[in-house]
Amino acid sequence: MGLENTLFESLPDVITVRLDAVVNWARKSSLWPATFGLACCAIEMMNSVSARNDLSRFGAETFRASPRQADVMIVSGRVSRKMAPALRRIYDQMPEPKWVISMGACATSGGVFDNYAIVQGVDKIVPVDVYIPGCPPRPEMLIHAIMMLQEKVMNESVRDRRDTYETESRQSIVPGTLPVTVGTTLEETSKTASTRPYTVASRHEKRRSS
Amino acid sequence: MADTKVLHEYIEKLKAENAAWITDFKDARGEVTAIVPRESIADVCRFLKTTCEFNLLADVCGADRGAEEDPRFEVNYHLFSTVHHNRLRLKVLLSDDDPHVETVVPVWKTADWHERETYDLFGVIFDGHPDLRRILLPSDFDGHALRKDYPLRGYEPYSLT
Repeated sequence: MGLENTLFESLPDVITVRLDAVVNWARKSSLWPATFGLACCAIEMMNSVSARNDLSRFGAETFRASPRQADVMIVSGRVSRKMAPALRRIYDQMPEPKWVISMGACATSGGVFDNYAIVQGVDKIVPVDVYIPGCPPRPEMLIHAIMMLQEKVMNESVRDRRDTYETESRQSIVPGTLPVTVGTTLEETSKTASTRPYTVASRHEKRRSS
Repeated sequence: MADTKVLHEYIEKLKAENAAWITDFKDARGEVTAIVPRESIADVCRFLKTTCEFNLLADVCGADRGAEEDPRFEVNYHLFSTVHHNRLRLKVLLSDDDPHVETVVPVWKTADWHERETYDLFGVIFDGHPDLRRILLPSDFDGHALRKDYPLRGYEPYSLT
């Protein structure tokens, strides 16, 4: 476009900037969301990358099927109790730095599904950076959320995030993350010792229904 | 109103084979429901499949009549024939303190997952089932969700509220 020539002529060969500014600028300009469509919000999420709304204008169009290639998990839709361990596991598989957007009323608070089957807010399982209200939110709202997340990314420092296990990690006790157990045919689940690191034996397992 | 004469013939056939197989039957809105004692459900199903050509088990489902009722649980078997296109419903009544019924997996393999679903949601135990474990709810779920006395939000320490 000729811009490179202009910049090359007007700028010196070496410039100095804050490391955070450059790193964050690179991070926020290429947010790669992990595809995590769970319900009707996912339709709006797909629409936000369509030609009309074009999320790629903001550098976040590359939805990855693998969590290992993703930065942002957009939890779009209601999270069932059975999906909760899987969701946490996918979050754990994402490399640092990583962010979570809770899209829609159901992911944020359970929405109208105030019952035993639905997790009442995905923030019981993973730390959430941006919440989007709506049922479902419009694609513009998702784009706005991603822009808010970009602002948040710009205010972070590379020193803030380390690739170590801390309170968010799978090795810590995650409230509400329920264990995946095997062999529950008519037997006490509490007797089944689980060796999986992200499972936590909780009080409810010791009780069985009458 | 559909003609149920042919379905009554199957009921008569069952009664002729073994009088203890059917305790009662209903004819409502063109559908015939036979109430079968729980000991003989597998025999009745095997007879209907082999002799009466009811070769498709369309559904097995449970029902909870309420904690105060006795018998409390129902297990309904919806049979269909791809040969003569008739439908028949079998019903087994179970009490709350002993919700056991014989499995029909040896008769129709499709009963496997249907019976797991009924076990999962109602706590009806199918004796002789090859792999009776939960199918819809998480494997560590507490209680049986479609029972009438199950609280909507689940048991408190369990649910993520």
